[in-house]
Amino acid sequence: MSLQSPLTKVLGRGSAKQGLSHWWVQRVTAIALVPLTIWFVLSAVSLPSYEHAAISDWIAAGWRPVLLVLLVVTLAWHSALGVQVVIEDYLPTKAVKLTALLASHFLHVLAASGSIYAVLRIAFTHTAG
Amino acid sequence: MRQRPLSPHLGIYRFAYTMATSIAHRISGLVLTAGFALLTYGLVAIASGPESYATAQYVFGHAVVKLIVAGWLLAFCYHLFNGLRHLNWDLGRGLEKPEARRSARYVVVATLILFVVLAALAFARGAA
Repeated sequence: MSLQSPLTKVLGRGSAKQGLSHWWVQRVTAIALVPLTIWFVLSAVSLPSYEHAAISDWIAAGWRPVLLVLLVVTLAWHSALGVQVVIEDYLPTKAVKLTALLASHFLHVLAASGSIYAVLRIAFTHTAG
Repeated sequence: MRQRPLSPHLGIYRFAYTMATSIAHRISGLVLTAGFALLTYGLVAIASGPESYATAQYVFGHAVVKLIVAGWLLAFCYHLFNGLRHLNWDLGRGLEKPEARRSARYVVVATLILFVVLAALAFARGAA
């Protein structure tokens, strides 16, 4: 049930958008990112070697590709939501806002796709040496 | 359309350091977003083979990029702890002014401790 008047609906006024979903998904991704990022950052700074073979070994082994894909998806999603709020709060006109939002979302999808592709390629093609 | 005043009313609030922790959360979030681009570049470079990884190692070895990575680590520590502070607020806890001021100090102290540990691990061992 909507409490908006027909005029308000047509004008797109009031909380007719996805405010609650945005808020909620931001929290869900935040909670998921706590263990994922701690795991990733601690692992990254304590790798035994940063040679190409060693780092590929690390990425490809066991459950790590899965965790890395989860990290990238959650990170991209949380980041896109956060940047969206900053854009909506600080950029001036509707046109600038829309352009920035589109650019931000496209870039986030691009970064997420690129990262996932890279992780999977390493996982599928790298044989531990 | 009539121009209405927009929140947050930055111009009329008296400064309190809890405000600084709030804006720092956004700034650190943006820094982490930029770091996501670096992460993507690193992963793609590793996937593309030893030659492109060597180029990436050269890029990550540059002093400016090292500084960016250090800034990214600092932003990570801060956003992590202040994010936990936000999640605690979302449960309706710690919202009183003295509590919010105290948790702001905890966040700063925890951030500095974790940052020093991570930066020591990363840079002493040549991670970045």
